[in-house]
Amino acid sequence: MAFIPHTDQEVREMLGAIGVDAIEALFDEIPADLRAAPLAGIPPAATEMQIGRLMSERAARDGRALNFIGAGAYEHHIPAAVWAIATRGEFYSAYTPYQAEASQGTLQTIYEYQSMIAALTGMEVSNASLYDGASALAEACLMAVRANRRAKTPRILMPRAVNPAYRRCAAAIAGPQQLLFESVDFDHESGRTAPDALESWGGADIAALVIQQPNFFGSIEEAGRLTDWAHAHGALVVAVVNPTSLALISSPNEWGQRGADIVVGEGQPLGVPLSAGGPYFGFMATRMEYVRQMPGRIAGRTLDLDGRPGYTLTLQAREQHIRRGRATSNICTNQGLVMTAATIYLALLGATGLERVAAAACARTEELVARLARIDGVRPAFSAPRFHEALLRFDRPVGPLVDALARLGIAAGYDAARDYPELGHTLLVCATETKTAEDVLRYASALEALR
Amino acid sequence: MKDVGEYDGAGEATIFDRSRPGRTATAQLAPETLASLPPELRRRRRPELPEVSELQAVRHYTRLSQKNFSIDTQFYPLGSCTMKYNPRGSNHYAMLPEFLSRHPLAPVSMGQGLLACLYELQQMLCEVTGMEGVSLTPMAGAQGEFAGVAMIRAFHRARGDAARNEIIVPEAAHGTNPATATMCGMKVVEIPCNPDGDCDLEALRRAVGVNTAGVMLTNPSTLGVFERSISEIAAIARQAGALLYYDGANLNAILGKVRPGDMGFDVMHMNLHKTFSTPHGGGGPGAGAVGVGRRLLPYLPVPIVGRDATGYVWLDERDLPETIGRLSAFMGNVGVLLRAYIYMRMIGRDGMRRVAEYAVLNANYLLARLRRAGFEAAYPDRRASHEFILTLKREAAERGVTAMDFAKRLLDFGQHAPTVYFPQLVPECLLIEPTETEAKETLDGFVAAMTAILAETVTDPERVKTAPHRLPVRRLDDVRAAKHLDLVWKRPPGGDS
Repeated sequence: MAFIPHTDQEVREMLGAIGVDAIEALFDEIPADLRAAPLAGIPPAATEMQIGRLMSERAARDGRALNFIGAGAYEHHIPAAVWAIATRGEFYSAYTPYQAEASQGTLQTIYEYQSMIAALTGMEVSNASLYDGASALAEACLMAVRANRRAKTPRILMPRAVNPAYRRCAAAIAGPQQLLFESVDFDHESGRTAPDALESWGGADIAALVIQQPNFFGSIEEAGRLTDWAHAHGALVVAVVNPTSLALISSPNEWGQRGADIVVGEGQPLGVPLSAGGPYFGFMATRMEYVRQMPGRIAGRTLDLDGRPGYTLTLQAREQHIRRGRATSNICTNQGLVMTAATIYLALLGATGLERVAAAACARTEELVARLARIDGVRPAFSAPRFHEALLRFDRPVGPLVDALARLGIAAGYDAARDYPELGHTLLVCATETKTAEDVLRYASALEALR
Repeated sequence: MKDVGEYDGAGEATIFDRSRPGRTATAQLAPETLASLPPELRRRRRPELPEVSELQAVRHYTRLSQKNFSIDTQFYPLGSCTMKYNPRGSNHYAMLPEFLSRHPLAPVSMGQGLLACLYELQQMLCEVTGMEGVSLTPMAGAQGEFAGVAMIRAFHRARGDAARNEIIVPEAAHGTNPATATMCGMKVVEIPCNPDGDCDLEALRRAVGVNTAGVMLTNPSTLGVFERSISEIAAIARQAGALLYYDGANLNAILGKVRPGDMGFDVMHMNLHKTFSTPHGGGGPGAGAVGVGRRLLPYLPVPIVGRDATGYVWLDERDLPETIGRLSAFMGNVGVLLRAYIYMRMIGRDGMRRVAEYAVLNANYLLARLRRAGFEAAYPDRRASHEFILTLKREAAERGVTAMDFAKRLLDFGQHAPTVYFPQLVPECLLIEPTETEAKETLDGFVAAMTAILAETVTDPERVKTAPHRLPVRRLDDVRAAKHLDLVWKRPPGGDS
């Protein structure tokens, strides 16, 4: 029996110790009329060899695309050591470190992770991760409403230049608690959130302004100006940042006079494979003054009975298993193993390594945009400086082009027309350090040939 | 001579302590001159990340891993968490390079193999639960609960019944139940349990009314017993116009034996990291798929995998306009879903039933042996499900040894502690869940450790009260941790920059 070690002899001995004749007798408290029929819809057992063959065949059918899609998930090289260590059984098959003394490995890793995220974002404290970037934004909006005691209305200004999937997710998760999400438009020439667009909210009661940096189009926002506007109007600033970009671009603590208040983002670029969308992890950092409003696990360093340092989960009075209906969130278990991988990734790269990844991705994207823009009917949509992603405007619908390129094994980009119909035919493209000049040429040639 | 990572009385060094300016780790990219990024957008102060060699990083995190208890190294009977063996085959075939390299927004034509797995997983989960539809997107049990209660809310609102803003939960429920209800904008009404562990039906009848949106139940309950009056509870909820929510935390106990759909539940979540044996990862990633009956189908969270003439497709807001929406940027924890799919295919139809049978056999055997060894069961007249509760109130009162002391001393014996102090209504409790993948001699070893500790509470209670003694650290000061917050590493004064 797969994964069940019992011999017939042992089963008899165990039943004898319990004092029943058969395993079935152990289910005698379940009313007979509720008993399930055999599960006809479940296939019979397959051996590891059989299921291995099936999975390998399905994987081979999907193949490996030459990928130029970003839009919230980015293909980076992952050092082999990252997942070799992260999938060690001692990390992989442990649970949430409730018994701190038997979980010092996980707890110290969380502490180091918190330190790295605080360093990257420039903030004072970090939690031990959330589910993903989009749900982290939802939690940040809820937290901002709790933290901003001056605002009487749970109103969040949400620029349209924020990733549309993040906006939908924030509305789904935070909506039932009556948060009001107000849309703020972007400048159609630069591709940035226009400070002018905020002015119509100048007299309103606002809990927080969200700033995504770089924004969904890859454009670098004037984060300092936006931050100062928010603070001048009594609003907190929720930053949504790409962690790779922070090696090069202003960290949220450097925005404007006072810096951002809550920083969240998608952790996937830090050593996590694309994996069709997950598991990834969300990160969250903030000022020390808001630490008790933060959702999720937090590890702290303390002392043991002998006065030696060690690590434990702390500030648990915020959490559901203590505070139940009055907790900061219902979140408990989330993305521990993925956070572990990201910690190892950052340890291996260091600031220098991350800077080089960021710079290479930035440069490859510029080369891609320059090359594609030479094609008739293709041009960059916006003028603002960008990080490693760009919105391209086409003279025809991009859907058929994307499908045709997919048949050649090229994932050409994200068709943004559904989210931004007013911009016409647009494609969001990204090239990271994983792409070579030959890859760019292959894409451009294939696209040219379709015209 | 002291090894760089050797314990020196000051605790294990952090990766930051091992850092030396100018040291580089893995094969780095060549530097790049960046013309495109204006200087005023650049970061002013470099982030302080460690600078270590690849070997140092590998050794550091390998050493840290060795300070963990885990299923792969220890018996881990953590009640309510279903710490069963996580097959390596599930991990291996979920991590094939083609699956890992797939971008979530790549055209579906490039991912039919992966989508076939997810589609079949949806169907298999419907079959084992008796539900009509499944969405795989919630990323943990708590997110599945959120999705479930949000669907209950959407259902009532669509019928113009917005006054239903109360969720009833038994007082023994997991903390996530009331926390979730609050996140969904609901009021929480807690009802008591009877002394025998079943739900207090009279209290339930008094609690339901025109404001009741739903009743959340775990069955078998968090008290480790099957809720025998489930059919009456379902009838009471139905008559009141409320929906019935099944918390799948304990699905392992009834897999293939009873289906939540057949018990009258309208909506449920499954913890795939428990029942379907995907790894717990030191605190995730999990997966909290939700299943619903016919009435809630329109509200399932998106995306869902559908099938049309062209093959497998994503169904999103355009296909389900009444959906409660999107709970993640993409499709939840796909890699975890693949592991659950592989596990389900490997154990197959008969394996499902065997999971419940041997999980319940192991729990009842362990309970019988521990009672014989002198421990008190919290519900002595009840059959254990896949887990059971001991109460140490006598030991605490007579010898001052608490459940927490027992838990810490078990660590010295190389056994991970059971869940302590949950459910909160049983004093000094240990919630013990052995799971079906443990062999008889492992259970016997646990009994031996428990018996030895029980003897120590008489002969040397201080030894128990000050445990653990053999772990990398002694008992940690949680009060200090919360009072003197030290949450991020800081360069010690005088350290090099």
